Amino acid sequence: MTVPFYVAPEQVMKDRADYARKGIARGRSLIGTIYKDGILVAAENPSRSLHKVSEIYDRIAFAGVGKYNEFDQLRVAGIRHADTKGFTYSRDDVDARSLANVYAQYLGQVFTHEMKPLEVEILVAELGTDDSPSQLFHILYDGTVMDESRFTVLGGDSESISERFGAEFQPDWTLEVALRTAVRALAGPDRTLTARDLEVAVLSKNNGRRTFDRLGPSALEGLLQDR
Amino acid sequence: MTLPVFDTREDPGPNFMNLLIKSGLGPFEPLAGVASELPSKGITFPHGTTIAALRYAEGIVIAGDRRATEGNFIAHRRIEKVFAADKYSAVGIAGAAGPAVEMVRLFQTQLEHYEKVEGVNLSLEGKANQLSQMIRANLTMAMQGLVIVPLFAGWDLQRKVGRIFTYDVTGGRYEEVAYHAIGSGGKDARTTIKLGIKEGMTRAEGVSLAIAALYEAADEDSATGGPDLVRGIYPIVATVDRNGFSRLADAEVATASQEVISTKSSAGGSQ
Repeated sequence: MTVPFYVAPEQVMKDRADYARKGIARGRSLIGTIYKDGILVAAENPSRSLHKVSEIYDRIAFAGVGKYNEFDQLRVAGIRHADTKGFTYSRDDVDARSLANVYAQYLGQVFTHEMKPLEVEILVAELGTDDSPSQLFHILYDGTVMDESRFTVLGGDSESISERFGAEFQPDWTLEVALRTAVRALAGPDRTLTARDLEVAVLSKNNGRRTFDRLGPSALEGLLQDR
Repeated sequence: MTLPVFDTREDPGPNFMNLLIKSGLGPFEPLAGVASELPSKGITFPHGTTIAALRYAEGIVIAGDRRATEGNFIAHRRIEKVFAADKYSAVGIAGAAGPAVEMVRLFQTQLEHYEKVEGVNLSLEGKANQLSQMIRANLTMAMQGLVIVPLFAGWDLQRKVGRIFTYDVTGGRYEEVAYHAIGSGGKDARTTIKLGIKEGMTRAEGVSLAIAALYEAADEDSATGGPDLVRGIYPIVATVDRNGFSRLADAEVATASQEVISTKSSAGGSQ
């Protein structure tokens, strides 16, 4: 009988985390930020049809970076969770905090028990009301949840993007200013990103019940154009 | 609640009703058991009555009265029976009010769920077929008297035309050419529309004809509520056109209803 090699649990966890981080670092990053009328999510994504940012519920949006099939499965599961809850109780009872918790539990479960961790980082954003502020839940591949009230950056190069973006952040800025800053921060000093390289969506207080709105190419070009 | 993640072979896809069934929350089965125990006569529950829909030049107008009855009693005076199913379609319900309103809620969630999961809207025909399947799933309850018959209307984004669909209790789906009315006052409403309908009516003419149809239905059918001038209760009227569903403001319906009434009284018809 062969005796399996002993591997310290610290080493197992570290290997898994390295594996997940490497997978995430291969993809492009995204920024979620508060602006005057809501929440803006801007992602670097050359594809028009494979979305990184999507609608979960009336006031909740989802965004993911890393492996597409894995975060898309999480996106669909989130829609299922929210719609089931809204149908069983009421639309007002669907909230991002509980959704972020079930995501965190699932990611944590997969990280410790499955062969391979999910190579994703996700964002659950909830548009606030007059009584409650907007919230951004940033969830990592191992189930770690971070609760942000200003902005958050997901993806491989998040530290330097975060530094660039944080330096210019203002809580009450307009969509146009927030978007331009986000695009500059995503691009970095050596590149420029155009509307075709971007996927942008908002949760806006001006959109009625379903606050999610994906900005089409013409709207995006309009906002990015120099004038 | 845990995250609803399914094995690929078990995945319910973009179908919300299947998701509920897979999650053990199926909307029809548990009640079907109760329904088989129900005596088919002897218990009363609210019934919704008349819904009318017709086509005008730019779309569809759909209208419903506000009354629900329990036997010969008026159960509710302000019930709403016309709903937006999604941005481009509307559904009106007649029959057992409780399960019908619940079915509308399920239908609305079903359409929105599909749209969010798939990233595109269902076609109008796809929506009409989904409703058909829900009515069929309710057949056991219908056999016990909990009949739900909706009227579905919407704007077909591919064909650029407004379309009206009616259903029977088995889920049979029928497309109407220009108008239809369902419920206990449906026959009188249909006759009124039949006599008044023209090609290329304006929105205002369409709204006025739909209100007149409900007025005549209420005149002949005790279960249909007419315009209530004392309490200020008027029918729910909505239009669906290329810009989507829009419900008329109460004031606009009140004005149109009063015009219909004054036309009737100035014609001097004392019968």
